[in-house]
Amino acid sequence: MFFTAAEGWTPSIDAGVVIDDDAEAERLLAVAQTHQARQVVEPYLIEVTLEDGRPRPIAIREAIRAFGPTIRTDLDKYE
Amino acid sequence: MYRYDEFDHKLVGERIAQFRRQVKRRLAGELTEDQFRPLRLMNGVYLQLHAYMLRVNVPYGTLSSRQLRKLAHIARVYDRGFGHFTTRQNIQYHWAKLEQVPDILEELASVEVTSIQSSGNCVRNITSDQYAGRAKDEIEDPRVYCELLRQYSVLHPEFSYLPRKFKIAVTGSPHDRAAVAIHDIGLRMHRNEAGEPGFEVLVGGGLGRTPYIAHTIREWLPKQHLLAYVEAILRVYNMYGRRDNIWKARIKIIVNQMGIDRYRELVEREFEAIKDSPLQVPPEELERIERYFAPPAYERLEDQHEALAKLRQADRAFDRWCRTNVAEHKVPGYAIVNISLKAPGKPPGDITADKMDAVADLADRYSFGEIRVSHRQNLVLVDVKQSDLYELWHKLAALELATPNVGLLTDIVCCPGLDYCGLANARSMPVARDISRHFADFERLAEIGQFTINISGCMNACGHHHVGHVGILGVDKRNQEFFQITLGGSSDERPALGDRLGPGLRQDQVPAAMEAIVSKYLELRADGERFLDTYRRVGIEPFKAAVYGDADAKAAA
Repeated sequence: MFFTAAEGWTPSIDAGVVIDDDAEAERLLAVAQTHQARQVVEPYLIEVTLEDGRPRPIAIREAIRAFGPTIRTDLDKYE
Repeated sequence: MYRYDEFDHKLVGERIAQFRRQVKRRLAGELTEDQFRPLRLMNGVYLQLHAYMLRVNVPYGTLSSRQLRKLAHIARVYDRGFGHFTTRQNIQYHWAKLEQVPDILEELASVEVTSIQSSGNCVRNITSDQYAGRAKDEIEDPRVYCELLRQYSVLHPEFSYLPRKFKIAVTGSPHDRAAVAIHDIGLRMHRNEAGEPGFEVLVGGGLGRTPYIAHTIREWLPKQHLLAYVEAILRVYNMYGRRDNIWKARIKIIVNQMGIDRYRELVEREFEAIKDSPLQVPPEELERIERYFAPPAYERLEDQHEALAKLRQADRAFDRWCRTNVAEHKVPGYAIVNISLKAPGKPPGDITADKMDAVADLADRYSFGEIRVSHRQNLVLVDVKQSDLYELWHKLAALELATPNVGLLTDIVCCPGLDYCGLANARSMPVARDISRHFADFERLAEIGQFTINISGCMNACGHHHVGHVGILGVDKRNQEFFQITLGGSSDERPALGDRLGPGLRQDQVPAAMEAIVSKYLELRADGERFLDTYRRVGIEPFKAAVYGDADAKAAA
């Protein structure tokens, strides 16, 4: 799940909030952490680059998290 | 097959009701993830990269067709239409929804299957030889003792909070198909000088970050003392095992730190104190359990050597499958059929719900309704009439379940890796896919002969990479996946940990490296040698040179 600018949650990384300011990132992380009790487990910041304006994770782990397994690609991650 | 009694049913039912309440409290926000984690782990529920994962026990790898159909149903209704069989003979569902898990557990309980102790710091599913009760070289069916230990260890109050997880494997045959030497306790049945069957007890084996081959703690243990001896080992571990450092908490660490002689002394002292207690297994209780594993009603048949030879001569593809996927049965006229879950390019150990149903139907039609799961992530029909082999092979082939590669290079053991697992550092299944595509020619595979490849996506070693003839370990270096290769591992009755070949390779370099290793082996092998035999004779250097080139081999040394 990705945190949105409207401080909600979305399964799509494209709708996730991209921040280039460390202080603002920490502030939003703190907000996200207040959602922990029910909606999410252990929110954290990930590094992304922008490709054609769309966020793409730098770490493979986060890319797989965002786009699903690289095997069994016949299955939609979010059916 | 073991059937639950009224206590089992009551206990499992109560456990599910309890977990249903816990899930409800978690979903209502009354429990935090930190509070909930130990509760879900006690019921086999992990939180992975994309979703919750549910691990379901297949005790000692034995399933009825009814149970397999239920596993298919769970995959179809609650998951994404498939399941993954693991190196612990269990099945994992990778897309479980937490709110549905209690319903899944109830469905499983209706066919006497549970997820209790499939995770957590307790005695896990007790694993065994997939040919148990049918192998020609077997002394006794090890599942009787697995079941005894299962009943003893499930929800045992003293051993529910061990320093770390605890794995036990049992083999009843001298040829070890259960990898007992890489378990916390390995039990290897053999006869003493008087000809009485008992157990060689091994302790302190394990892979992971600090791999060890187990030590023999007792050469021969009378069967009636099995529970007392296991209890003594567990009690000493529970007292001395480290709880301050998760990486040093397994029994292998304490055994190797204090030394096997000292550990033995402590265990033997404890054993002496408890061996004549009610822990001594009464013969009638063993007989009671034995009856559940009584052989099916075999027909009196002759071996079909000539008829099979004719069919094999006439049909090369059938012959190839017989050579690799069919094993000898102890009863004349019958055979053991291995169903490879390693079709070229497919994730090892994965099987769809439809194929699970189809295998269940074939088990009913051809093999007394019983299915086995091997720790090498294949399925087995253990009681097939030799006269049915040709027909069964056709049916398996139509289902793409007759890949003739069991025991060969593309029968790859592989963990789910970074595609699913939160612990992994690298993907493992795509590496298996690339290797199996590279070695797609079955004639060549047969020419290469017995060969094991084991792949793990991190050092936790769920893919048992240390004991593959070739082991492949995925590592992460600055957000790039690399793969370290080891050679010479083995988990049979002559166990060994692999030796590291050299620097890690990129994923796209792995098939070529495998090709170099295989070509070098074919060049060097003497008559009748498997890869492992050649490796043991010539050592690592020729393979290092083959993969890295001479100059790089010196640098890597």
